[in-house]
Amino acid sequence: MSLLEIKNLHASVDGIEILKGINLTIEPGQVHSIMGPNGSGKSTLARVISGEETYDVTEGSVLLGGKDLLDMDPEERAREGIFLAFQYPVEIPGVSTKYFLRTAVNSIRAHRGLDELDAYGFLKLVKEKAAWVELDPALLDRPVNEGFSGGEKKRAEIFQMAMLEPTMCILDETDSGLDIDALRIVADGVNQQRSPDRGFLVITHYQRLLEYIVPDVVHVLLDGRIVRSGGKEIALELEDKGYGWLEEEVAAGA
Amino acid sequence: METDPNTMLDQWAEDSEYKWGFVTDIESETVPPGLNEDVIRLISARKSEPEWLLEWRLDAFAKWQEMTEPPWAHWPDHDWRPIDYQAISYFSAPKSDDDRPKSLDEVDPKLLETYEKLGIPLEERAALAGVAVDAVFDSVSVATTFRDKLAEAGVIFCSFSEAVQEHPELVRKYLGKVVPRTDNFFAALNAAVFTDGSFVYIPKGVRCPMELSTYFRINQMNTGQFERTLIIAEEGSYVSYLEGCTAPQRDENQLHAAVVELIAMEDAEIKYSTIQNWYPGDENGVGGIYNFVTKRGLCQGDRSHISWTQVETGSAMTWKYPSCVLKGDDSVGEFYSVALTNNHQQADTGTKMVHVGKRTRSNVVSKGISAGKGHNTYRGLVKILPGAAEARNYTQCDSMLMGSACGAHTFPVIEVENPTAQVEHEASTTKIGEDQIFYCNQRGISSEDAVSMIVNGFCREVLAELPMEFAVEARALLALSLEDSVG
Ligand SMILES: Nc1ncnc2c1ncn2[C@@H]1O[C@H](COP(=O)(O)OP(=O)(O)O)[C@@H](O)[C@H]1O
Ligand SMILES: [Mg+2]
Repeated sequence: MSLLEIKNLHASVDGIEILKGINLTIEPGQVHSIMGPNGSGKSTLARVISGEETYDVTEGSVLLGGKDLLDMDPEERAREGIFLAFQYPVEIPGVSTKYFLRTAVNSIRAHRGLDELDAYGFLKLVKEKAAWVELDPALLDRPVNEGFSGGEKKRAEIFQMAMLEPTMCILDETDSGLDIDALRIVADGVNQQRSPDRGFLVITHYQRLLEYIVPDVVHVLLDGRIVRSGGKEIALELEDKGYGWLEEEVAAGA
Repeated sequence: METDPNTMLDQWAEDSEYKWGFVTDIESETVPPGLNEDVIRLISARKSEPEWLLEWRLDAFAKWQEMTEPPWAHWPDHDWRPIDYQAISYFSAPKSDDDRPKSLDEVDPKLLETYEKLGIPLEERAALAGVAVDAVFDSVSVATTFRDKLAEAGVIFCSFSEAVQEHPELVRKYLGKVVPRTDNFFAALNAAVFTDGSFVYIPKGVRCPMELSTYFRINQMNTGQFERTLIIAEEGSYVSYLEGCTAPQRDENQLHAAVVELIAMEDAEIKYSTIQNWYPGDENGVGGIYNFVTKRGLCQGDRSHISWTQVETGSAMTWKYPSCVLKGDDSVGEFYSVALTNNHQQADTGTKMVHVGKRTRSNVVSKGISAGKGHNTYRGLVKILPGAAEARNYTQCDSMLMGSACGAHTFPVIEVENPTAQVEHEASTTKIGEDQIFYCNQRGISSEDAVSMIVNGFCREVLAELPMEFAVEARALLALSLEDSVG
């Protein structure tokens, strides 16, 4: 069975259609990438999959391991295995990252029928996973994302992903704003988490990230539609020529 | 005029039976509605008070009659219900055991469920639910144990009425010294008609051996709407006192007007914590208590320290400004507040820090949370008098809004009359974001837990000031008070 199966997905906000019929299937173990210009609907797709309520799904279906995601609240989707590394992670003042994550880990464990992690087990896990993205564990005593640098926020997202062990990981422009060293650290963190039963959807603006996280399939999103899918070479082509030629081609074909 | 209280009482009872025609035995303990000198005489007589206290009440009453109810701000979204002072019954004896539930089995299961959610200890639930005291296992002996322990330390902790009987010289010396009986309209009303409250006296050098809380929680029920509290901490002593509790408290009365006075002598410290959860009215703003309280502490001695911490989630309308007069040199005043308003609730709260002595310091942290159509107002005064050289104040005033129909307002006033003083004020307003809740959801956390987490994070510095066990309950209370406001 496919891991993620999106069929003819339409979504709008305030009556304006943003996703105009997305079809996308990800098999376990695969890495897919979505590229596209600003405003093409990449973040919207990520948020609709994770269940943000500002978007109205007007048509189509999204299945995770055969289960209908659109029927579920966002927290249920997360517990079922959806993880979104946000483009702009929010700050939660006064709530320590550790406390936040322990609540998250335990609500997901409860859903999976596992015992709560005790303080010791939790800290052990934290130490191990923080090392994956070279995150200073002292940072985790600070409030969620508060006072984190741009790079720290992105690394913290990937660290959270490691802690929650999702089956379907969506990364929304995790590379933006990172210098080359930070990019490599983040990419290493992601690569450590690749496994035969886990899928990735890597949203990016630049092909740079895809040199480190090598995708199986690249899709190009233009104005709410996937206009092209193929191998890694598409990314290179886009890098070379920009999106303009594709836009023209699509317009001509339509 | 008739002076012997007992004769007067009998006379009054006869008259009233005639006048108001009430006949049943149960009700003979309750004064019919209305306020006049006779009612005050009756209250005083029922409590066998000394003449001076009766005079004190009558004087307050005379002044009150010349005062007018303050036309203080309230925001739209709350339909002001005028208070009819003649419609209030100013004295009622405690409910008889016959009218109370005999055991927890007779208590509304919903109420018990709430206690459970709040994490209130099992052994206290019966007492809180109003189960007849005899039926509450252990509570009496628990209270006795507390009393013995306190007595050993020389601490006096009793009801105000008891204090009037057993320690009249202390009561007379300090009553009204911090909050004069004519301080304001509601303080004057309280002085005239207060029925009971608590009295605490900590002798010189004594560190009160326990939080004055658990005992109080069991025994404070039904102290009535005009409560009066007086706490005196002698030189070098320490006491931590907790008023109120997280358990929802229903009350048919519209008006509550309590007065609290604190006095700290040299090197003494008083920590006063409040959890206020009076009935807030329903989600349409119908009913609910008007809670108009006067609380003030006097740092009389050098290096004395008074700290107010409050968590206000109840009442339809709250007007309350726990304040400190920092008279002693190097004395310290603190105010930590969380006020949460939901539905149609309005809270107007804050503090006055009056710096009199040299190098006096005050610290103010106020957190207002507004949800539904609730309004939260911070109203504060920092006053540095000419003699308060090198005084310092720090005020931090944060508001959090949930949704777009609520309001947050801040009115800080700063008056500095000494050039060596330092006063700092910081304020912020944040909206609890859909995006914060979604972020939590995306990590598997339910919306309810998310809101609770975000709100508790926002209030962290204040909750940290509460005694441990109450901090836990207060967290649960904040979450519970917002339960229905999460989409
Ligand atoms: N919550 C929203 N309200 C209104 N418009 C939105 C909202 N979210 C996205 N949009 C619009 O949808 C389009 C796609 O946005 P987005 O998915 O963020 O694109 P990308 O991530 O590809 O840059 C843009 O035109 C954006 O303005
Ligand atoms: Mg985006």
